[in-house]
Amino acid sequence: MFDKISRSLGDLREWADERFPVTAFWQDHLVKYYAPKNLNFWYFFGSLAFLVLVIQLLTGIFLTMNYKPTADTAFASVEYIMRDVNWGWLIRYMHSTGASFFFIVIYLHMFRALLYGSYRKPRELLWVFGMLIFVVLMAEAFMGYLLPWGQMSFWGAQVIISLFGAIPYIGDELALWIRGDFVVADATLNRFFAFHVIAFPLLLIGLVLFHMIALHSVGSNNPDGIEIKKKKDENGVPLDGIPFHPYYTVKDMIGVVVFLIIFSAVIFYAPEMGGWFLEKDNFVPADPLKTPEHIAPLWYFTPFYAILRAVPDKFLGVVAMGASMVVLFLLPWLDRSPVRSIRYRGTWFKLALSVFVVSFVGLAYLGTVAATPLATLFSRIFSVLYFAFFLLMPIYSKWDKTKPLPERVTGK
Amino acid sequence: MDEIDHGRRRMLLAATAAMGGVGAVYVATPFVLSMDPSEKAKAAGAPIDVDISKLEPGQVMTVEWRGKPVWVLRRNEQMLKTLPELDKFLRDPNSDELAQQPVYTKNPQRSINPEYMVMIGICTHLGCSPTYRPEFAPPDLGPEWKGGFFCPCHGSTYDLAGRVYAGMPAPSNLVIPPHHYVSATRLLVGVDSEVI
Repeated sequence: MFDKISRSLGDLREWADERFPVTAFWQDHLVKYYAPKNLNFWYFFGSLAFLVLVIQLLTGIFLTMNYKPTADTAFASVEYIMRDVNWGWLIRYMHSTGASFFFIVIYLHMFRALLYGSYRKPRELLWVFGMLIFVVLMAEAFMGYLLPWGQMSFWGAQVIISLFGAIPYIGDELALWIRGDFVVADATLNRFFAFHVIAFPLLLIGLVLFHMIALHSVGSNNPDGIEIKKKKDENGVPLDGIPFHPYYTVKDMIGVVVFLIIFSAVIFYAPEMGGWFLEKDNFVPADPLKTPEHIAPLWYFTPFYAILRAVPDKFLGVVAMGASMVVLFLLPWLDRSPVRSIRYRGTWFKLALSVFVVSFVGLAYLGTVAATPLATLFSRIFSVLYFAFFLLMPIYSKWDKTKPLPERVTGK
Repeated sequence: MDEIDHGRRRMLLAATAAMGGVGAVYVATPFVLSMDPSEKAKAAGAPIDVDISKLEPGQVMTVEWRGKPVWVLRRNEQMLKTLPELDKFLRDPNSDELAQQPVYTKNPQRSINPEYMVMIGICTHLGCSPTYRPEFAPPDLGPEWKGGFFCPCHGSTYDLAGRVYAGMPAPSNLVIPPHHYVSATRLLVGVDSEVI
């Protein structure tokens, strides 16, 4: 009986394989895709980012069923979802909390790359696709934040769109074109809805696919930052590699479980996270005549926002903010160290990275507080340090005294 | 004719690609232009009538014109006296940047009638609406503060004529919309004067 079933399943697979490479795909990307055996805690965040993407897509589809993208109805329709739609509050909080968790996961994922030099040759394009995902994600989050049409939605959009107005000559026309009206208005909300639910998710999925294709072509880096492909057995399998499935699928499932515990705890007990995930002013409907007393973007934009505010010139502030993003793209070409991983780097890099982390977190905090003279002073210091980390990297990463690399990955 | 003429082939390829590119630009045009303000949005900018009879000295009122807040501030004697004293702290004390105001308000008080200041309440930095801070020397704005407007977004400050302080993120003075007085207590915002 079972014999018969498994035989006919085998036949079915054969039939399919002749028409579509099911087995070959499974083999190439899971069973015979070899990942380094020493991947640690930091390597959870790639698969978790994918999980959050799925959560956002799924909850987003269901929110769209009840949300109404016009200036007159948007705020009320979100409240309708929260109060009257069955389980609407849960789906909405999953989506809003998911946005913040997306950035937590992505920032940790990027920090992992910094720690172990995962952007170094031959993974430059992997890093560039990742950075493009990051930028598209920021645009996606920004547009999504306009949709509830609260005070912060409105004034946040007003400020960010005005950034384009700082570009000489074409700026005002460009800002007008983006808004579709003389101020942020119904037309803006409606087009942001279109971008948020169709254009940018499509772009995101495409870029994630490119990111995966690049990853599976070059293979994962690892905490030792050495190539496992250099040492292979007689079958061409890396000696330090283990099949992604079942080893890392099982490992990632542990990460997923822990992640979902934390995610659920936030959704059920602190969905607004004291104003960090959903700002208090956004529970007030948008009022084009009155800016809230204190306006700050959501936490994941604040490091870049603090850099913008640190510069006492409108256009140069926008340039500095743009540059803070561009330097991240250039990372693979700025790092001249003979080793990749922090494990074998010297004091200079460790010091620089520590200063960078302090500056980044400092900027993130300063971006949330009012622009007092003291806050502005610190923003300026941290902004300089932020750029110094990148622009001085060709020098200190080269001078740094590194430790000898091991032949094989370390750990059992 | 067995030989392939590569030069001819390249030329044909380039010509076809160029034609296709031109076509793509033509097709893209309606999509790009569809995002510009619609005729309806452009038509919504009609002038508005403002009754300023109930405005007390020192008080500011906000009206909406083209979706933007327009402030009418009634300045008292003391407020007007502070204006020339502040010139040295300001970026453009004489309103030399012409785009920021109609010609008839390019004067020390930046107004037609010095008592009433009319301006668009949107920070020239990134479009927030500043708050009215008429008090003298509050702790957060420092001992030199003589009343004015403070933008909560990025800390730009303006005096009571909407003139920006130097060293602020905002690059220029607050914009003054075209306006004129229909009578002593009625203001029309959006047009320079009745042109017939």
